[in-house]
Amino acid sequence: MDSPGQQTEAEQAVSLPVAQAGGAKTFAFRVLSWWSAYWMAVLSHLLLVAAWWVASTRVPRFILPSPFDALDALSNARYQWPRHTFVTAIEVFGGFLLASAVGIALAVIFSWSRTSSRAAMPLLVTLNMIPKVAMAPLFIVWLGYGVGPNVLITFAICFFPMVINTGRGLREVEPDLIDLVRVLQASRMQVFIKIQLPSALPYIFSGMRVSSVLAVAGAIVGEFIGSERGLGYVMMSLQSTMDTAGMFAGLALITLVGVLLYGCVALAERYFLTADARVS
Amino acid sequence: MSLDVTQTQAFIHLDKVRKSYQVDGKEFLAVSEVTFDVAAGEFVALVGPSGCGKSTLLKILAKLHQQDEGEVRLGNLETPFDPARDIGMVFQQALLLRWRTILENVLLPAEILGLPVKASRERAKDLLAMVGLAGFEDRRPYELSGGMQQRVSIARAFIHDPKLILMDEPFGALDALTRERMNVELHRIWRESGKTILFVTHSISEAVFLATQIVVLTARPARMAARIPVSLPEPRSLADKTGAEFAAYTREVYGLLGMV
Repeated sequence: MDSPGQQTEAEQAVSLPVAQAGGAKTFAFRVLSWWSAYWMAVLSHLLLVAAWWVASTRVPRFILPSPFDALDALSNARYQWPRHTFVTAIEVFGGFLLASAVGIALAVIFSWSRTSSRAAMPLLVTLNMIPKVAMAPLFIVWLGYGVGPNVLITFAICFFPMVINTGRGLREVEPDLIDLVRVLQASRMQVFIKIQLPSALPYIFSGMRVSSVLAVAGAIVGEFIGSERGLGYVMMSLQSTMDTAGMFAGLALITLVGVLLYGCVALAERYFLTADARVS
Repeated sequence: MSLDVTQTQAFIHLDKVRKSYQVDGKEFLAVSEVTFDVAAGEFVALVGPSGCGKSTLLKILAKLHQQDEGEVRLGNLETPFDPARDIGMVFQQALLLRWRTILENVLLPAEILGLPVKASRERAKDLLAMVGLAGFEDRRPYELSGGMQQRVSIARAFIHDPKLILMDEPFGALDALTRERMNVELHRIWRESGKTILFVTHSISEAVFLATQIVVLTARPARMAARIPVSLPEPRSLADKTGAEFAAYTREVYGLLGMV
């Protein structure tokens, strides 16, 4: 019964993934293809540093230190960068992970119970209107100085994008798809594990991307206000001595913590979503 | 072959089935006066315009909806019916899980029912061969064309060896040529598997080509207009569509729908 048209259809699909046929790629080939995709990005970063350097030659050093001054500060053990970076990283990653776990869990509960969703979602939207950093002084009163309140601020900032995005992902499952498994009398847990959660993953990851960018701001503001450790605290104390080179070094490390978190999210997203072409 | 199933109990029995919905406080009648019997192994096409309640009827049979009035009975003494295990569904969209491979997609119902893994995998491979997709087991849905995806969803409907397959306009989203080809394929699959199939369609020629019995539904009023037994020579081929017998059946359905 096979008609010729059918075979062409099949052949088209066979020839789709071209690169796989070549077998294992060599390391050099990978480096080369990475470079051809990203050389412009690398170039733009280098150009920014170059522009910074040019600008720093025309401005007093205490206003804008050169990139080399910042590098000097970065390699100076006096600042205790590793210790402070570690503290900030703990706060950022801790608050982010906590927000992801609680946010996803709440969104799942909302998707199961319409009543809880109707009661709690508008409340969450209202609470989301509160500028989270404005709550920092309150958190410090509650939890005292140290890592605790900073994790909480980071959590408060990351929490809302997680709930809202995950909730949307869980809601927007094709209804026929649910019917397909309901006919088989699938349990609520089976529907969740096999259908809802995997189809919500892209939404969950976009929530994580948004909140990973916000996370660092939360921790740093917390450290500004009440802390004796962390990169935010270092920034504040360097301000009093107008050590701008140190501040640039601090900024670089704060950015590094953020990039690290964002990179972890992007890697996880790639790992989970590449196979089905939802992420290219 | 006679369609007279009054001697023994029919495999599927619908008697004066009626279902309505509340839309903005007003009652909206979806189906009424639906009465027909289906023998095991039959291919029944439900034909009618949009809004005639074809899909509603299918959902009632799948126990996704409950009828307001009338009787719906599935199975009989010779062929007992387990609603959880004996229904396979095919929708207009293939509805494949894009994070799963083709083989894993076919296996979904087997997983939910907790069927033995190894035997199910073998069966899934056989079914993919049956729908002409041998060798595509490890592909992902996005690598397949629309027609191929719909074949996967047909294989999925068969994986748990259900006695009844419900198809809701399965080829409605395909182009005309692919659709004709899929009709031929489905006819062969039905003959080889011996399953009972209920098939919702807008296309009258599709219905005449595939069915052993056509149930004609009208939208205003929402009720069953007639049931027509179809006895075209088996196995059928696309060439039959040009014959006089085929044209006669087609004309009859058009007439019942008030279109000629």
